[in-house]
Amino acid sequence: MTDAVVTANNGDEIEAEAARRAIEEKTYGFWIGLTSDAIVFALLCAIFVAMAHGTADGPAGDTLFRLPRIFAQTVLLLASSATFGFAGVAIAAGRSRRAVLWLGVTFLLGLGFISAEIAELYSMAAADAGPSRSGYLSAFFTLIGTYGAHVSVGLVWIVLLGCEVGLRGITPFATSRVYRLGLFWHFLVIVWINIFSLVYLPGLL
Amino acid sequence: MLGKLTIDALPFYSGIAMAGALTVVCVALGVVAFITRLGRWRYLWTEWLTSLDHKKIGIMYVTLALVMLVRGVIDALLIRTQQAFAFEPNGYLPPDHFDQIFTSHATIMMFFVAMPFVLGLLNIVVPQQIGARRVAFPFMNSAGLWLTVSGAGLVMISLVIGKFSTAYWTAYPPQSGVQFNPGVGVDYWIWAVLLSSVGSLLTGINFLVTIVKRRAPGMRLMMMPLFTWAALCTSILIIFAYPALIVAATLLGLDRQLGMHFFTGLQGGGNVANYVSLFWIWGHPHVYILILPAFGIYSEVVATFSGRKLSGYAPLIYSTAAITVLSLVVWLHHFFTLGSGADVNAFFGSAAPLIAVPTIVTIAAWLLTMYRGRVQFSVPMLFTLGFIVTFLVGGISGFLFAVAPASIHDTTFRVAHFHNLLIPGALFGYFAGYQYWFPKAFGFRLDEKWGRRAFWCWIVGFCLAFMPLYVLGLMGMPQRLNRTNVADWQPYLILAQCGVLFILCGIVFLAVQIAVSIRDRAMLAVPGGDPWNARTLEWATASPPAAYNFAVVPEVHGIDPWWTMKQETANHERPRFRDIVMPGNSSAGIALGATSFVFAFAMIWQIWWLAAIGGLSVFAAVLSQTFHDRVGRRIPASEVEAIESRRAGSDALAVGVPT
Ligand code: HEM
Repeated sequence: MTDAVVTANNGDEIEAEAARRAIEEKTYGFWIGLTSDAIVFALLCAIFVAMAHGTADGPAGDTLFRLPRIFAQTVLLLASSATFGFAGVAIAAGRSRRAVLWLGVTFLLGLGFISAEIAELYSMAAADAGPSRSGYLSAFFTLIGTYGAHVSVGLVWIVLLGCEVGLRGITPFATSRVYRLGLFWHFLVIVWINIFSLVYLPGLL
Repeated sequence: MLGKLTIDALPFYSGIAMAGALTVVCVALGVVAFITRLGRWRYLWTEWLTSLDHKKIGIMYVTLALVMLVRGVIDALLIRTQQAFAFEPNGYLPPDHFDQIFTSHATIMMFFVAMPFVLGLLNIVVPQQIGARRVAFPFMNSAGLWLTVSGAGLVMISLVIGKFSTAYWTAYPPQSGVQFNPGVGVDYWIWAVLLSSVGSLLTGINFLVTIVKRRAPGMRLMMMPLFTWAALCTSILIIFAYPALIVAATLLGLDRQLGMHFFTGLQGGGNVANYVSLFWIWGHPHVYILILPAFGIYSEVVATFSGRKLSGYAPLIYSTAAITVLSLVVWLHHFFTLGSGADVNAFFGSAAPLIAVPTIVTIAAWLLTMYRGRVQFSVPMLFTLGFIVTFLVGGISGFLFAVAPASIHDTTFRVAHFHNLLIPGALFGYFAGYQYWFPKAFGFRLDEKWGRRAFWCWIVGFCLAFMPLYVLGLMGMPQRLNRTNVADWQPYLILAQCGVLFILCGIVFLAVQIAVSIRDRAMLAVPGGDPWNARTLEWATASPPAAYNFAVVPEVHGIDPWWTMKQETANHERPRFRDIVMPGNSSAGIALGATSFVFAFAMIWQIWWLAAIGGLSVFAAVLSQTFHDRVGRRIPASEVEAIESRRAGSDALAVGVPT
């Protein structure tokens, strides 16, 4: 019952083949998992749109959203997408220190986004526009909260992978993990663009 | 300290609830004591609970389904008894308790009988049918199983601690809201559904990837067996449908726990119609998630026991695909009408005629196969024939339902109609598969005689239990009644009651069948591994299969590859064996199940410190499995060779194809 461990320079054909296959399947499965996740977001967005008028005479987007803050959040997120790209490039070039550095920058940008988002939600809740105020706000908080939860998971994941790359170096497995994390991260950026145009833009215009 | 949990949570309020609780506790303790006495904990742990072998995971899934089936049928018996004898003052169940049983019957049947049965059969069969050694994600498979188990555990423990939901299995607001249902019942429902949904979703992803990526060399899509096709379509539907249920249950929970207004009240801006839409975005495809695998099983059984290739292999596949596409169209329809008030009867009404076309094609193909072949009336075949006959009734009632005046829509006519869909259309299929593949999984057949007896009880019981409900529906009896006040209904209700007793006998006979078969296992053994002279690749492995299924991965050149291999027995040269890497064991799956159970339980009772511990341990369990670079356990070529030559020795009768 010993587990065979695959290392980067494994000469064993069978295990290398098994590892290659496992990585390929994981990537494919990850895409499918993202599909399900995308459906979750689509449903939450649809609910939000369906509840656009359920404000129960409470505040709505036009009074609640602040353009500078949304703008800052969007910029942070887009920048983090770019820096993640640099991390991927560094991995491909086999430079683990540089990869960790870019992952660190991505983490900080993501953290900035999350902090801005928490500040936004908190200020709304403090101004008597919390999630239990109206159906509209319930839908808003849930959608944005779900989004924030995803980004937070991504942040934890970045830390873990950063440690892995930093400590163990760039193995085929680590490379594939960073690749999938990248899929996740860019996926989140795309979701944000949708949220921006469905949720914030109508409120700001 | 313990949140809402107090001593009042124990079921002192009713003798019947107490009896139920004591039964659950005693059975659980009995099982624990039994295993301890046999001293088999270590074996259980290493060989089963932590196993990543898809066959074992499949067997555990099916075991869960059968255990929960007993609970579900007992619930049905209690419902029937109440309705039959609740004429005049009250019957024996107070309304609140009746509604709990009602809700748990449907919830259990849908999430903890039908789903695990499907996923279990998929697990046992599909990888072998496509010539694979394992599924794509063995750990995710185990995680899916244990999440489902922990969901089932929540439903069971709700019998003992607290109460279950009284809001019916659809949990529509406002009945499921805090105003009407302030207790923990609906929260139990929400968490049980969430855990099992996540489990099903993981397994769906797993099987899609397995079927797409792990087919044996040469097996093109149009060579896949029909059960595998059904599995593929089912997985796709799971991936599209289950997110909606997860969202629906979560939003319901947010309304309840955080006072949000998704569905509650006009003054809050909420809209119940949104829940209804979300629920049926899932619910509609879900019917086909349950039915398609059963159709796949019937196809395999018909081909094998008619001793010939399926007539209309391609039309059968197109029908399966058509049903899938239609479900997705309805999915999309619900998606776009979200918020504008869902028409739930579209589910029972308009879809039925639409789906009828591919269904008729399917049944015609089976009949043609049987007509051209020589039919052997074994137990799986009996279930298939029973299905075809009763499903015709169900199909006709579906048409009736679509054209009938709306006045019968909320009557027992609907109850009869969808049980007609789900018992012959799904459950009988799973039974057929269970009888058919049992020797595959265990190496001996199930006893025929008791199998026949069980079949006759089920079919007679089914007709007795549900045909009267069609009549009652036409007479205007509403569904979901907890007491009746019309004397004319009672004879029919008593008839239906008799039907349930027959079904109960059917369950007992299935249990007896297992016992008898274990006793006579030497006589029922299947040394060649292929007791039915079958056609598809899963019978090319040993029965029970070695951990790696195929010592040498077969090449496929057409449909029914095993049949072809059996025809060309000339190839006797010994293959060259190589090392095989297989997934080892992992305790993270069961740990994930256990910790998520603790987490959910703590959330239900609002024991926050426990929830924190539970949540962190869930995270730890996942983490422990995510960051390692092991590809698995290596089985050296010499060991493979030893296993294979033992097999060749033990079945001198078997055809000499190296598998
Ligand atoms: C095995 C024998 C079964 C019996 C005797 C049985 C009996 C019943 C009865 C008496 C009801 C209450 C009907 C009413 O008055 O409204 C009911 C409801 C229900 N059953 Fe079954 N059932 C069986 C199997 C199943 C199976 C296999 C499934 C699903 C896979 C299922 C799903 C449901 C559902 C979803 C409801 C709820 C209907 C509602 O909420 O209106 N049942 N069943």
